[in-house]
Amino acid sequence: MTTPTQSPATALASVASARSQGVWRAAWARYRRDRVGMTCLAIVALYLGLILAVAAGWVAADWQAEKGLSYAPPHFVGAAAKAAGPSAAASTAQAPMVDLSDVDPLAPRYAEWAARAAQLQTTEAPRQATLPFGADRLGRDVLDKAIQGSQVSIQVGVLGALFATLIGTVLGAFSGFFGGKVGDALEWLYNVFTSIPSILLIFAFAAVTGRGVGSVVLILGLTGWTGIYRLVRAEFMKHAVREYVRSAEAIGASVWSRMFRHILPNASHVVLVQLSIHVVSFIKYEVILSYLGLGVSVDQVSWGTMLAEAQSELILGHWWQLVAATGFMAVFVTAFSLMTDALRDALDPKLRGLE
Amino acid sequence: MSANVQAPLLSVENLQVAFRMGREGGVLQRSLAVGRDGTGVSFAVPENSTVALVGESGSGKTVTAMSIPRLLPDNAEPSGRVVFQGRDLLGATPAELRALRGREVACVFQDPMGSLNPVFPVGAQIAEPLVLHLGLSRRAARARAEALLEEVGLPEPRRRLDAYPHELSGGQQQRVMIAMALACEPKLLIADEPTTALDVTIQRQILELLADLKQRRRMSMLFISHDLGVVGEIADQVVVMRHGQVREQGPVAQIFAAPQDAYTRALLACRPRLDHHPRRLTVIDDHIAAEAAAAAGEAAAAATAPDVRDAAAPVVLEVRGLAKSFFLREGLFGRREFKAVQDVNFQLRRGHTLGVVGESGSGKTTMGLTLLRLHEPTAGEVIFDGRDLLALQGTERQALRQRIQIVFQNPYASLNPRFTIGQTLLEPMRIHAVGADDAEREARALALLQRVGLDASAFGKYPHEFSGGQRQRIAIARALTLSPQVLILDEAVSALDVSVQAQVLNLLRDLQDELGLAYVFISHDLAVVRFISDEVLVMKDGRVVERAGAADLLAAPREEYTRRLLGAVPRGWQAAV
Repeated sequence: MTTPTQSPATALASVASARSQGVWRAAWARYRRDRVGMTCLAIVALYLGLILAVAAGWVAADWQAEKGLSYAPPHFVGAAAKAAGPSAAASTAQAPMVDLSDVDPLAPRYAEWAARAAQLQTTEAPRQATLPFGADRLGRDVLDKAIQGSQVSIQVGVLGALFATLIGTVLGAFSGFFGGKVGDALEWLYNVFTSIPSILLIFAFAAVTGRGVGSVVLILGLTGWTGIYRLVRAEFMKHAVREYVRSAEAIGASVWSRMFRHILPNASHVVLVQLSIHVVSFIKYEVILSYLGLGVSVDQVSWGTMLAEAQSELILGHWWQLVAATGFMAVFVTAFSLMTDALRDALDPKLRGLE
Repeated sequence: MSANVQAPLLSVENLQVAFRMGREGGVLQRSLAVGRDGTGVSFAVPENSTVALVGESGSGKTVTAMSIPRLLPDNAEPSGRVVFQGRDLLGATPAELRALRGREVACVFQDPMGSLNPVFPVGAQIAEPLVLHLGLSRRAARARAEALLEEVGLPEPRRRLDAYPHELSGGQQQRVMIAMALACEPKLLIADEPTTALDVTIQRQILELLADLKQRRRMSMLFISHDLGVVGEIADQVVVMRHGQVREQGPVAQIFAAPQDAYTRALLACRPRLDHHPRRLTVIDDHIAAEAAAAAGEAAAAATAPDVRDAAAPVVLEVRGLAKSFFLREGLFGRREFKAVQDVNFQLRRGHTLGVVGESGSGKTTMGLTLLRLHEPTAGEVIFDGRDLLALQGTERQALRQRIQIVFQNPYASLNPRFTIGQTLLEPMRIHAVGADDAEREARALALLQRVGLDASAFGKYPHEFSGGQRQRIAIARALTLSPQVLILDEAVSALDVSVQAQVLNLLRDLQDELGLAYVFISHDLAVVRFISDEVLVMKDGRVVERAGAADLLAAPREEYTRRLLGAVPRGWQAAV
């Protein structure tokens, strides 16, 4: 009963002319035409490549090595700026000396000790006066730290935000689509989560999960979904009664298909904007957590820990650690936000042909 | 001053409105909404008379009217002259315009619910222009508001002053809007489709009210409508617009009795009428083409073709005692039953059409959705192919579901904006495994597109790239992908322009003849129902009050309610004589 009723010749001719494009494939085709979006995608990809390289130990593996003098300035500033400090210390050491060798009972043994000391001498590399982007208090390379730190920070930011968005979207979709008892139960859960001050909630989760990158991702995901849930729920409530969803039901589309094939692409702009907002805020949250000693462990570095250190350094005039951390963060966060914006536009077929 | 008496209240001279559409390659793009080829729109509104602007959507009638008080979007650039009482309004300063709006020129819009502020009581909203323009005190303004509400025929005006918009019905809201417009006794009332969102009976009341007020207040009215039937009843002068140009203007009698322009004639011909029952409706382009070819004889032959229906066709759908109740929460634990549909019975034969008419809130849409189980029914049986649809579960239900399909009213909302037309058409076939593979399904989808009058290039496009009529065709094609036997058309042509409506109605008729489809045609428009239906159910408050053959029902309605509905249908100029 379902045999097609048209002549095969016309059908074949037209099938060739109009291939069905999936939502995502069509979106990718539109995305590729967005120059800003493509640039930002390249930048984000670069960061991800950097993280992989760090994880593999190719870049910045020796970030803990104390290569330079304490607070060595960047190359482009030059050692001159730094010279004032150590030279002052040297001048006190060069005070006129008094020869005590006549009265010193240990004088005969100095030569022997010097010989023994020469045998034990470690080959400590000479500390450099300047480093590519300066050094921190211990003389570690700030650039290496920032690169190493990007691994932790981006992991925390992106994975945490993805996790939170996933929870928020799925719960919001169920609550908004079904309403009724399901909605009431999820609203109750939402109310419980939002009634506790967020920092307290984070502490509670941190106390259970302990320290480390994985824990921070888990904590931020489990506490940060509420706002997304609320917005996605509203979108689903709005769309669930729209006629196109009714039409989908009339043709027999399953609940799952209606929720995630029909409604979700129409609510994707909310989800994407929330995702990029949360990436930024989670990178900042990691700073707070690390500062409070609940974040990453002491032998790890993140942009957050760098910023925490930079606070005290800034007073001494050593600005490079702050600039390195914020620079890396700003470029990533901006590129990521613009990328999600471009993605949102690409997913909206109404904008096709307007660019 | 004697010249002033002769001069019209408002004259629009060579008005053109362009919209800036952003820059493209450094060049400012403009789109002309009113006026074409250097010729703008010109017409005049004399004192104490009603001028109607008629045209289909996109004809520029609203933009023209809104240029008068300059209620245009920021990117509009009007040019020409709009002379109101000797002043050119296009050159007026914002302050002068503000003093004019509401005071001299007042507007009533289409959607009363959207035009009233939902968080203020209506009394305060009527009083606002009185305080603003006339400098009345709050107390005096309130008293005046009460008088105005009484004048527009709202019962218990004192109590209504404190009512919020949502507590009033659509007709009452529109009365409040009119009261607001009249508050400062304007010389000119611009009514932009004031009755389009209302039921026929309410429309009748509002039209009578407007005509009466115009008489009493001795004001002029610029009445904008797409409905020639309405225009014929209310207007003194008619201006017919198409594509931003005036096609024809003149006294109402001349426009209706001896239209000069081919478009006007086509517009008059393509509207289904109660007193005339053609086999097919004429479509504007056909009509103009036919006139050009002077093939009047052929058209007449087509119009009088007899309606053939096989009265003994097998029954495909039988409904017995269908009921649907909604429960409203009341108090802490209580709930109140609201009977949206009660005890509906009917039989639908193959190839036949059952029309369902009623005012909004009569339960006709709920009834349609319940048939499909988009609402779970409270009671009753829907027998389809000898089996009760409502008792089926799981796969059996899914299998039968494809045999009854629905087309919704709003073609802008019923297609998923993120799906291409191809995806929209393939999805139902994939769900029900119609066709062996995607290639076969695609071929079938393309054939259906062709059948509803769209070409294959539509396949890869998105819904927003189509007009309302085209979208409704796509929605019909989607319903047909599953080869249904019954199609529920829920106000399927109500949102369309008359000419497009005629095309879609003809398409539905052709499909019915070709595929033997049975329709349940839900509509508030009796003329359309008369055109397409064999049998008609009249619903009121969830009950069927009358059930009869379409011709019998119109010729001899038994129920008072049906007579009222029929009496309210605008019949154009002839009936008004």
